[in-house]
Amino acid sequence: MIPAQGSGMRSASLGVIPDIALSFTTEHSLEMFRRMCVSRYFDLGLVESVKDRRVTYPVYLSLGQESVAAAISTVVPGHMVFTQHRCHATYLSFGGRPEKLRDELLGLPTGTSGGRAGSNCIQCHEGRVTMFGHHGLIGENVPQAVGAALGSGRPVVCFFGDGAAEEDYVFAAMGFAATHKLPVFFVCEDNNLSILTPIEKRRSWSITDVVRALGIPAVDITDDPWTIAHHAREQANSLPAFLNIYVCRKNWHVGVGSDGPPEWDRFALVKERLRERGLAERSGSLEDETRQAMEKLWAP
Amino acid sequence: MGSVTVADTIRETTRDHLERNDGLLLGQSVTAVGWVNGTVPDCRNIIELPMTDVAGAGIAVGAALVGRRPIFVIRFQDFLVLNGSPLIYFAAKTKALHGKSAPVFVRAIASDGLGPVHSGVLHGIFMHFPGFRVCSPMTPWEYRRIWEDFMSHDDPMIVSEHRASFPNTEELEDRVAGDAVITIYPVSATRFEAVKAADVLAAEGIRCNVVHVLWLKPLVIDERMAGPLCRSGSGLVVDAGHETAGASQAIAYALTRATGIPVAAMGLADETKCLCPPLQNRIPDAGRIAGAVREMLRCASPEGLAHG
Repeated sequence: MIPAQGSGMRSASLGVIPDIALSFTTEHSLEMFRRMCVSRYFDLGLVESVKDRRVTYPVYLSLGQESVAAAISTVVPGHMVFTQHRCHATYLSFGGRPEKLRDELLGLPTGTSGGRAGSNCIQCHEGRVTMFGHHGLIGENVPQAVGAALGSGRPVVCFFGDGAAEEDYVFAAMGFAATHKLPVFFVCEDNNLSILTPIEKRRSWSITDVVRALGIPAVDITDDPWTIAHHAREQANSLPAFLNIYVCRKNWHVGVGSDGPPEWDRFALVKERLRERGLAERSGSLEDETRQAMEKLWAP
Repeated sequence: MGSVTVADTIRETTRDHLERNDGLLLGQSVTAVGWVNGTVPDCRNIIELPMTDVAGAGIAVGAALVGRRPIFVIRFQDFLVLNGSPLIYFAAKTKALHGKSAPVFVRAIASDGLGPVHSGVLHGIFMHFPGFRVCSPMTPWEYRRIWEDFMSHDDPMIVSEHRASFPNTEELEDRVAGDAVITIYPVSATRFEAVKAADVLAAEGIRCNVVHVLWLKPLVIDERMAGPLCRSGSGLVVDAGHETAGASQAIAYALTRATGIPVAAMGLADETKCLCPPLQNRIPDAGRIAGAVREMLRCASPEGLAHG
């Protein structure tokens, strides 16, 4: 079998534009990092709560993949959001309240769906945020996002994974968006894994090549938040568009276990980049404050 | 006898929704070759879907989530097996899970005699899943009524239409007689046949009640449904779908549980519907329904029991 072009391109540096971070204000850079911290420390607190058996629902952690939503939410904060099953970072980055997500995972009536839906089905309809929950059929949110854009005329951002792109109906829906020029920003968080089966064992084609063939602008990049935000800004005004972003899932598909260290640690790489920009102190304070807030949030 | 057909009613109800409510209609090949038997109007807000059954249903669900109350046209009800997943797993579940509804009006059109995957009646499958309202209107008034019901609720609705009803201009009233010995509960296009069967049997001196079933879910067993059964002492549900684990068996069971009276079920044989006439496995016609009634009464009679 011919290996997929996409999977062979995975790296921590794919598409990173040198000094692109310098085109962002300090405040923008720190806000992306703060959102990464919120997702990271929320999920780290959740891991402890699962180990303590305070949370008994299945959990789908965003650890390792935080930068995608953190970056994109700063660029398209008003878009309707259709999220995938791995959605904690999406919910938190777009402005969902952490305590409601915690309560959902605890099965409490104060949760995002009254404790009825759980980790992979998170929604948010508060303030400016309109985020629809996934139910568990991988990729189901892609046609729904397209239908919501068709029905409302409003811009939509739709997150899904590399496995979802293999579902029959995903490219069909993207093709419909191309035909009708619908304002949908498609974002694939490509962690290379379907449960634990890598892309090279599943298919020979690249998502990005197929999306391009549908007539939608499409780019493969790594999960550097400045690079993501740069492309999101470029694409946001000419939808539909597609970003395939290589990420490293830190934990199992479902649950808090791990199969070893990820290929790269984006969180550490971002901290290093902030240090190079002279922002070590400010980013360190942000991280400390966020960690403490999340520890308090999860305190028994 | 009125002059407005079921097809006219569907078309004008749809036109009103698309023009005045800014509703949406989505489907495959809906604006060509007869415009779905004259049921689709030529007006704005119609979306021709490509041949993407699952994605098409998902797009309709997405439009429902943002308030367009889409009409999703499925030209052949068999295709619901493809279209079904976004309807079953998202539209029908979102209200219970999230308190957010996705009201899609699914026009699932049935036919008969068109072969293995163009002749099916699948409404029984959708009765199975929580979250749907399921109905099978066969008259102009019924269609207007179920449309009002859709617009006054926020659930997805499976509307099991049948092409045999499209030219119909008449209402189908229940027939209830004090001396009836059996109550027939026909569903979908079998309703036209059940009325004929009752006439045939009446000519033989066998009086039958006919209680029409419009709503499959929620299935309300009220006095209209249960009273004639209790008075006649036996019942038969007739459906245009397969009998095994289908609507006829489910409704018969519900009636039996509610009244304590055994109710039989009659649907399609457990065989593939082929295209050639001897093997089409068509919906029960008047002759078969009358035959089933005669057989039930024979078995229930003292002579029948004696020879049984």
